[in-house]
Amino acid sequence: MTPGLSLRFSLRFSRAGRLAALVALLFALLGFAAAAGAGTGAGNGAGNGTGTLRMAVTTSFENSGLSHVLLPRIKADTGIEVQLIVVGTGQALRLGAAGDVDAVLVHARAAEEKFLAAGHGTHRREIMYNDFVLIGPRDDPAGAAGASSATDALLRVRAARAPFVSRGDDSGTNKKELALWKAAGVGTPSGGWYRPVGAGMGAALNVASGMNAYVLSDRASWLKFANKGDLALLYSGDPVLFNQYAYIPVNPARHPDVKSALAARLEDWLTSDRARELIDGYRLDGERLFTFNARP
Amino acid sequence: MHDIWRGLMEAGRLVVTLDADLYEIIGLSLRVTLSAVLVASLVGLPLGAWLAVNRFRHRRLAVATLNALMGLPPVVVGLFVYLLLSRSGPLGMLGLLFTPGAMIIAQAIIVTPLIASIAHQAIRELWAEYHDLLISMNATRGQRMRTLLWDGRRALLTAMLAGFGRAIGEVGAIMIVGGSIEHSTRVLTTAIALETSKGNFEFALGLGLVLIGLALAVNLLIHGLGRTERGSTW
Repeated sequence: MTPGLSLRFSLRFSRAGRLAALVALLFALLGFAAAAGAGTGAGNGAGNGTGTLRMAVTTSFENSGLSHVLLPRIKADTGIEVQLIVVGTGQALRLGAAGDVDAVLVHARAAEEKFLAAGHGTHRREIMYNDFVLIGPRDDPAGAAGASSATDALLRVRAARAPFVSRGDDSGTNKKELALWKAAGVGTPSGGWYRPVGAGMGAALNVASGMNAYVLSDRASWLKFANKGDLALLYSGDPVLFNQYAYIPVNPARHPDVKSALAARLEDWLTSDRARELIDGYRLDGERLFTFNARP
Repeated sequence: MHDIWRGLMEAGRLVVTLDADLYEIIGLSLRVTLSAVLVASLVGLPLGAWLAVNRFRHRRLAVATLNALMGLPPVVVGLFVYLLLSRSGPLGMLGLLFTPGAMIIAQAIIVTPLIASIAHQAIRELWAEYHDLLISMNATRGQRMRTLLWDGRRALLTAMLAGFGRAIGEVGAIMIVGGSIEHSTRVLTTAIALETSKGNFEFALGLGLVLIGLALAVNLLIHGLGRTERGSTW
């Protein structure tokens, strides 16, 4: 080795202390982080054992706050720690089909039946329903509040060319909205007034609030939404707006890693009287959001 | 302006009240991002140095590619890592999806090009300066790279901090591969996205300010430690 390089190397050693300190700091930070996240780490470890179940759910279930009531009770009653992956119905079913979750709780009947027909799930169990509501500017330029039906309300918005925000993300709410347009006999609308935002319920409500537009929302997300601005609930109550939630365990024949025993225990709980009490009893601003309708 | 002020108050309240959930997600944010930066540095720094001291046929293309990859859209990386780690994907048997491990992988992929690119830039300049000396000393390629990496360490630290900055604020990829599961994979950025979607802007902004404070603290800590000891020559 040349003298120059050996000098360089000795310099390196003389500065090694500082390097060591930096490395030590890094590890200390990592250690702190690991300690702080210890509960998390344990949760993940359990993810491979018993007791932890992953369920893909729609944003409305989580945003309504109902999950925060149900999950601790499920844990207390059955010992199952349910980890929620909160996504739109489209993505939830994709996660189920890939075997990345153990069960799904979604609300889009046609898509659910396609999911079952493809063999991705074992069966479909109806749990509860809530309803969709039409939200719009408080002064209601389209006159949707006086509509005779849900489709009539949408047609009034269309006739007025009033801005309408569509989820546009293949979610259950989005599918319902498109089905309503179809039922109204106009197909998927187009034009500058119709704005698919390709986002979740909360994001779509934020957009609608920003541009003072009409938007179809589930009642729970709307009530819980904190940025209402000039928006108001204009139309609700048509039976076609009922929004049925169904629980589908992922097929263990397709994905051997799926925790089907836990999924069955969770289903038993979700259809029990205990669940009925909690779901029917859940109130937000004094309003009942969900109606339990699981058949034993 | 009113909302921003309330966001500040909220941030203060969160930090002062030692909110346990908050410290949990801060801890996970730090753990995921620091691990990702560590992994990305182990790959990116030597890669940058190697690109700087070696001349080969498609070097220009390699450097251009590296620079372009700095702009990798996190959502695409997230989707790619999801498809890899999905139970139906090639690495599904590892069971990493929806764990911090998956988030570390995604972030490491996102910041490696950034770290390698900044490292390459810094080391190339240093190499121009050291070229004659190192060649005349007949240093081997490995010795050259080690020397340049060591003498350019301050710039490399900057590269790592840039990587840290990009990773700690990243949301698109970790949302897809982590799932933002409460008490398991929820970190600051995904919590901010969640609160924003609920319309809880003050709380979201408060969390955002906590995130900025965290990044500032890490930067100050590392710079402080680098400089204060033995003074000048850094």
